[in-house]
Amino acid sequence: MSETTTSLPPSSSEEEGLAFLDRSLARPRTLFDLCMSGLCGLFSLAAAVPLFSVLFMLAWRGGARISVALFTELPPAAGMEGGGIGNAIVGSLLVVLIASVISVPIGILGGFFLAEIDPESRTAALVRFGAKMLTGLPSILAGVFAYTAVVLLTGRFSPLAGGVALALLMLPIIMLTTEEAVRSVGSEVKEGAVAMGATQTQVVWHVLFPTALPGILTGVLLALSRGAGETAPLLFTMTFSDYWLSRNPMEPTASLAVLIFNFSKSPFENQKAVAWAASLVLVLIVLTLTIGGQALSRRTATSRSVA
Amino acid sequence: MATSTEQPETEQDETIARPPTEGEVRIDRFFQSTTRVLAWLTISVVVLVVALIGRQALPAINRYGSQFIVSSTWDAGKSQYGILPEIFGTMLSSVIGVTIGAVFGVMVAIFLTQEFIPRWLADVFRNVVSLLAAIPSVVYGLWGIFVVIPAIRPACNWLHHHWGWIPPFSTPLLSVGMLPAALVLAIMILPTVSAISRDAIAAVDPLLAEASFGLGATRWETILHVILPMARRGIYGSVVLGFGRAIGETMALAMLVGSSNVISPSIFSPASTLAALLANKFPEAASPLDIGVLMYAALVLLGLTLLVNVAGDFIMRYEFRAAPALAQKETPP
Repeated sequence: MSETTTSLPPSSSEEEGLAFLDRSLARPRTLFDLCMSGLCGLFSLAAAVPLFSVLFMLAWRGGARISVALFTELPPAAGMEGGGIGNAIVGSLLVVLIASVISVPIGILGGFFLAEIDPESRTAALVRFGAKMLTGLPSILAGVFAYTAVVLLTGRFSPLAGGVALALLMLPIIMLTTEEAVRSVGSEVKEGAVAMGATQTQVVWHVLFPTALPGILTGVLLALSRGAGETAPLLFTMTFSDYWLSRNPMEPTASLAVLIFNFSKSPFENQKAVAWAASLVLVLIVLTLTIGGQALSRRTATSRSVA
Repeated sequence: MATSTEQPETEQDETIARPPTEGEVRIDRFFQSTTRVLAWLTISVVVLVVALIGRQALPAINRYGSQFIVSSTWDAGKSQYGILPEIFGTMLSSVIGVTIGAVFGVMVAIFLTQEFIPRWLADVFRNVVSLLAAIPSVVYGLWGIFVVIPAIRPACNWLHHHWGWIPPFSTPLLSVGMLPAALVLAIMILPTVSAISRDAIAAVDPLLAEASFGLGATRWETILHVILPMARRGIYGSVVLGFGRAIGETMALAMLVGSSNVISPSIFSPASTLAALLANKFPEAASPLDIGVLMYAALVLLGLTLLVNVAGDFIMRYEFRAAPALAQKETPP
């Protein structure tokens, strides 16, 4: 066939014969295609605008207030100049620490149960369902729970109540990522250990845990970043305080998130400026944790694919 | 010293494999039951959340019954409480937010998967979008107050001025209101929708797309008629999960929606949501009745989110059920 066509003058006939393959914008199909592509790109770029707008505002309005005093001084009272967020940073660290102490051991061991100890059981299916429901639990309801379970019981607002609320939100993240990380460990390694007569506990601690550690850490970091940024559960579990932590920690305590919320409604310029500075510090903490977690999981993913 | 020199010999003579000692078996049993107990703890926490909130809400449920859900008065002085405006506000803000967030989210998912941009750029872009989810909601609230509201106010008031007879534009946008809250909500939903939709679209067999191109379909004919229908369950699931997040989202709404106890058809009017009500009223609640009433509202919110999340989970599970089962459990001999 091709022999016969080459004998004719090639250019004109081929162009006419294949004209239906040309992409002409005059045809509605092609025009629609181009418009949709443009629209899709436009929408996608628009989706990235808020992130850059937030980051720009944080750098501009928050960056203006970054100084040593910001980290060492107490929040400014209404109408006062200066001041910092020292007690809020300490309070945020304390409450996230309490939440981690509660949620990390339960989350990791629960994740081992789901992935290794009894993964096909009805209990595991139920736990997975429960963890998914906790993932979707509105953060304010974690606060309501901690209020009924801790504040009403102890009779006071405290970092402990705040920590319980945050732990409830962090637990499912840690548990489900641990399960996934442990499941992705190659079964040959596990079988080798079992063949040596290792008990399941030894397999878990000497084989699975070290191998899955980067994945587990990713989950912990993501959970920490979620916990550090949460505000709603702290509003009525540890409320706020204008002072440093006292020797008795079972008292209302400041946190970065609640400070931002309180000062965002303030009519005073100085307090608004401090709210922006606190946001910058909070976002830097949260993004560092998130990006650290992502980098960790990416590194394991590549090293695994190479192996 | 003696043991260390003997070590290689024993390894040569016999393997290191040996049955576990009695102590190791006991530790093993203990460890297994510990993880089992902790796993059960998760289930009991879920039950406990429902039970504790329910118990605290019980006095208010007995006192107000279903009246609480259909009444729109909130008057602590007269001890009259109703959360209809909050339910309405929760639903309206979620529907607007999820609609906008879903359109953008699915567009982003298509943009990232259909080879519009080089692979590395798509990876960068995906990470940028996923960072949207990492920004704390209180920061979005602050940003909404200082950036979104001033930015959209002129356009909104122009709409009100010229088309004020249309119910959604019937009031001016003073400062806080439904639309800025819903817009910020859309931004917060977008990463959820785009991440899950992206996975669903990427999971569609590329042979289908190639077959469609082979039949002469254009890129968008392939996307709209082949790829999206194949990935529809994942996309539906992502939208439902996004809806679940929207219903429970608290801080951005508490800061932007205005906490005003009214039912207005206008999207520029201040409104309130269940979560915002809890955030604003709970810190001030003093009497047991106040707390009981708020617990009742919390229970309604809990019921709504559980319902939506179970529905989302069901859709997602149905979608991925055909996927091959993950690693099987190894049973030690």
